[in-house]
Amino acid sequence: MVERRPLLDLISHLVLILGVMVVAFPLYITLVAATHTADVIVQAPMPVVPGNHLLDNLIQAWRGGGDGAGSTAPVARMMTVSLVSALVITVGKIAISLLSAFAIVYFRFPFRQGVFWAIFVTLMLPVEVRIGPTYQVVADLGMLNSYAGLTIPLIASATATFLFRQFFLTVPDELVEAARMDGAGPLRFFKDVLLPLSATSIAALFVIQFIYGWNQYLWPLLVTTNEDMYPVVMGIKRMISGGDAANEWNVVMATALLAMTPPALVVILMQKWFVKGLVDTEK
Amino acid sequence: MASIELKHLIKRYGRGNQALQVLHGVNAHIADGEFVVIVGPSGCGKSTLLRMVAGLEDVTEGQILVGERVVNDLEPAKRDMAMVFQNYALYPHMSVFDNMAYGLKIAGVPKADIQERVHKAAGILELGALLTRKPRELSGGQRQRVAMGRAIVRQPQAFLFDEPLSNLDAKLRAQTRLEIRKLHRELGITSLFVTHDQVEAMTLAQRMIVMNGGRMEQFDTPEAVYNRPASTFVASFIGSPPMNLLRHGPNAELGGPAGAVLGIRPEHLVLGNAGWAVQVDTVELLGAERLIHARLGDELLTVRTDEAIEAPIPGCTIHVCPQPGKLHWFDGTSGVRLDI
Repeated sequence: MVERRPLLDLISHLVLILGVMVVAFPLYITLVAATHTADVIVQAPMPVVPGNHLLDNLIQAWRGGGDGAGSTAPVARMMTVSLVSALVITVGKIAISLLSAFAIVYFRFPFRQGVFWAIFVTLMLPVEVRIGPTYQVVADLGMLNSYAGLTIPLIASATATFLFRQFFLTVPDELVEAARMDGAGPLRFFKDVLLPLSATSIAALFVIQFIYGWNQYLWPLLVTTNEDMYPVVMGIKRMISGGDAANEWNVVMATALLAMTPPALVVILMQKWFVKGLVDTEK
Repeated sequence: MASIELKHLIKRYGRGNQALQVLHGVNAHIADGEFVVIVGPSGCGKSTLLRMVAGLEDVTEGQILVGERVVNDLEPAKRDMAMVFQNYALYPHMSVFDNMAYGLKIAGVPKADIQERVHKAAGILELGALLTRKPRELSGGQRQRVAMGRAIVRQPQAFLFDEPLSNLDAKLRAQTRLEIRKLHRELGITSLFVTHDQVEAMTLAQRMIVMNGGRMEQFDTPEAVYNRPASTFVASFIGSPPMNLLRHGPNAELGGPAGAVLGIRPEHLVLGNAGWAVQVDTVELLGAERLIHARLGDELLTVRTDEAIEAPIPGCTIHVCPQPGKLHWFDGTSGVRLDI
């Protein structure tokens, strides 16, 4: 709507600014807390201007081994674990969803609709709902404290399968037929035509699923008991011991900053593709 | 290059009692190097027929022979035919060059050969300057030519065209029609061309198949189809405005059998002082000619006259006379042509 009403403009701007402040203030506090020493932070009131210990705190978090009451494992290792799991989950989800959507859309096999609905129904069963049996399976297969245990149960994705199915349905039949006339077999068609056409959808899914994988908390909490296999999101929680113990809040906050960097980078770098993938239909 | 033979082709969708039969036994022999147009109204099965020849639809009964070879169970690519689709079906993410080269690449043709063949085809179709463009950067006519180029580089046994001109504007369509004719003259490749447009059919065809309701009504040269239509359907489908068909015409007076349908083309009726008395409904001016829509008894009649002749006033009665030897007779019930 294009309207010339100064008062309306003022109010809408106020609402937006308020919203941004509500979202941004905790982030700002995190940043400030990560720049002071532990002693300064616990004083009341807490300072609201940044100090000059950011680098020290980051390095301490990265290397680990502080004298905090909670876990003091090095964040470097946790970041690696997080990165590897998030990437495996993302790539795995995209690969499996592409292939299953390809099968459902382009092949006639018995119970095709049944299979599609079975996949669709799993949308209603996220990890949290089936966490007991899934844990049992992973434990029995000896995958606790391993990348396999962290990633495999999270790879199947109804959302992504559904998204690719919808996309494939919009690819004109004539294109499939042209490829058949050109002598392209199913896999050749998949590789040469469908994959390039799905590039933007893949990019959009990559962003969404990477953040999903990176932010996993409950599942790693169950399947990892070894500090070596802690993802960073869970590691932050482990750094905070309960009660009145002296937590190194400065290091915790520095870790939080480190933990939010990769997903933020993924969003910023892939923003253009992400938007294109969700709105663009170039065929 | 090869001939194409269709032997009693039947196509049914579904099985058992609920099967829907869309082709009822089509027989045709298309000679090597011939340009045959399949024409008919929508839903007559002409596209299904073409797609069966291409291998994109299964054959329910009957045989398709290319040369001496039965191709019923061969994959489309193995039939050695190239198809031009109505919407061109160009790969949107590939350049013009890659679009044309894709089939050759899959067939394992050496790179140097691909280069040469694509450039040659691009030369014929004047696409040389566009080879690096993507399909979305091309106009409709250029896309159409890329689609033809993709067919040409394959050097196939036959070309199959599925209404390739229907997405072009009228001017471009006329121009492309001429280009296709020229191309066929130069390459001499057996071609099957499906269209619903009778002008395309008449101008392009060496012989044409007129289809109606899954049956072949006539398979002959455009002249024969126009001058000696095999049925009332062909008579009314080919020619614009269509042939006048009189169920209760003055048969006895003209020496025709009782109960037969009398057919006469609008241009074969002459205005005069004697003959049939008809009442004028409306008059249309089409530039060089004038169409007079009139009534003979309770049947409609169209007369095509020269623009120079003064237009009769609607409502008045005029006299028209059929040119001798230009009458057609059709069976009153089956609609089949009667030769008298």
